Amino acid sequence: MSQRIRVNPIACDAHGLCVELLPELIRLDDWGYPIIDDSRVPPELVGLAKMAADACPTLALVLEKE
Amino acid sequence: MSAREGHHGLPRLLAGLDSTPAAMTLGEHEGIHGPLPAAGRGLIDEIGRSGLRGRGGADFPTAVKLDAVARRRRASAVVVNASETEPASAKDRLLISRLPHLVLDGAVLAAEVCGAREVIVKLGPGMSPAPVEAAIAVRSEGLSIGVFAGADGYVTGEESAVINALNGGPAIPVSVPPRPFERGFRGRPTLIQNPETLAQMALIARFGAEWFRELGTEADPGSALVTISGAVAAPGVYELAFGTPMTDLLAAAGGPTEGLRALLVGGYFGTWVEVERAVNLRLAREDLRSVGCTLGSGVLIALGDSACGLHESARVIDYLARESAGQCGPCVYGLRAIADGVAAMAAGTASRGERERVLRWTRDVRGRGACHHPDGAVRFVQSVLEVFDEEIEGHLSARCRALPAGLPIGEDVAFAAAGASGSPPSRRGSLWQ
Repeated sequence: MSQRIRVNPIACDAHGLCVELLPELIRLDDWGYPIIDDSRVPPELVGLAKMAADACPTLALVLEKE
Repeated sequence: MSAREGHHGLPRLLAGLDSTPAAMTLGEHEGIHGPLPAAGRGLIDEIGRSGLRGRGGADFPTAVKLDAVARRRRASAVVVNASETEPASAKDRLLISRLPHLVLDGAVLAAEVCGAREVIVKLGPGMSPAPVEAAIAVRSEGLSIGVFAGADGYVTGEESAVINALNGGPAIPVSVPPRPFERGFRGRPTLIQNPETLAQMALIARFGAEWFRELGTEADPGSALVTISGAVAAPGVYELAFGTPMTDLLAAAGGPTEGLRALLVGGYFGTWVEVERAVNLRLAREDLRSVGCTLGSGVLIALGDSACGLHESARVIDYLARESAGQCGPCVYGLRAIADGVAAMAAGTASRGERERVLRWTRDVRGRGACHHPDGAVRFVQSVLEVFDEEIEGHLSARCRALPAGLPIGEDVAFAAAGASGSPPSRRGSLWQ
């Protein structure tokens, strides 16, 4: 089953940990908030995506099954 | 023409409206449209056949929305969303203040088909509750009908913000789902509709889908209320058939007062269209989509040659940036940066790369808020960058001497208030409220 990541924009506080842990899928805008261009998580990145979601101080990064 | 057969031609919704500011009484209302029929089992199907779509800006098929709530058990309420936070729109306040019974008819029918026991009329900023309260007092449908005066602010009219406010929370949008039809007022399924949608329903229930389709096009049947302002002789709310050419829309509002540069279609979440392209359009979704527009809540603003589109747009985007609910970073910081960029272009202080930078920001911000406020705002700005490209170039080298056009913005309720001072109604029964 494939997985996706998304950001809860209300919860996100631009800590930026996600881009440190998952630069393959996340980039920052000019104000430090994450942009996800393609929400699909390739199987080889699922482990890192889970770490990034767990590391988010506001739990704004969500990894979910499709 | 008898009431039973319906009104052929226009006006429909605005039938019987004169230039006095008083609300139509129940007797006058029934004299024109006939008594309200009971909502039969087939009403949702009839609405479906009519092709009616929501008139609050989302264009969603009304029958589908009705059905979504009717299928669920324990619906709590029908909410009449008369927030009308779009500064350039005046149709909802016109309906609520002048034709409250037409709107209430639709709300009562909707409550019957959805099994809701309560109707809540949610008013927008500055709207007097008196006309609708007086109308509620003389009705006897066995439903509880209440009035809720909402907070001010552009985002407070968004569906989830309205539900949040009715549930005792702040009037700010929340992440959806759940949508109101799943979990709304008091946590139960709720139907939330624009007043014009309900008013149209009230007439379809009386005269049928076939009657409704006598006006308009196959894809966009019926009539619509359009608030026309800017460089026209008689700004106001007009009822026009879908399919009407844009030039006839402007003519309905007394015609342009000068040469036109562009039209803003759909309000502040809408898009600018160069006048050369705009005049070839009809009031129809397919035409508007061909130039990247939607009708939104039915707003049309004409920009005259003497005004500067860049200056006017800078004021609008500054307003939209200030109106962010402040919940999501990309909206808070992105719209601010975009607004400052457009302001710099208008002031002639921007660098050569400013246009490209603002364009990139509009792409970055899109889709990254909990609600659609940033999306609407950047759509507007993208049309500014496209349509006023020449002006952007010009402002780099020469000082702009255009006069302010005074587009209605935010707390600037001059638009609505000016109407009360009495602009003459023109031939299509337009009326300021």
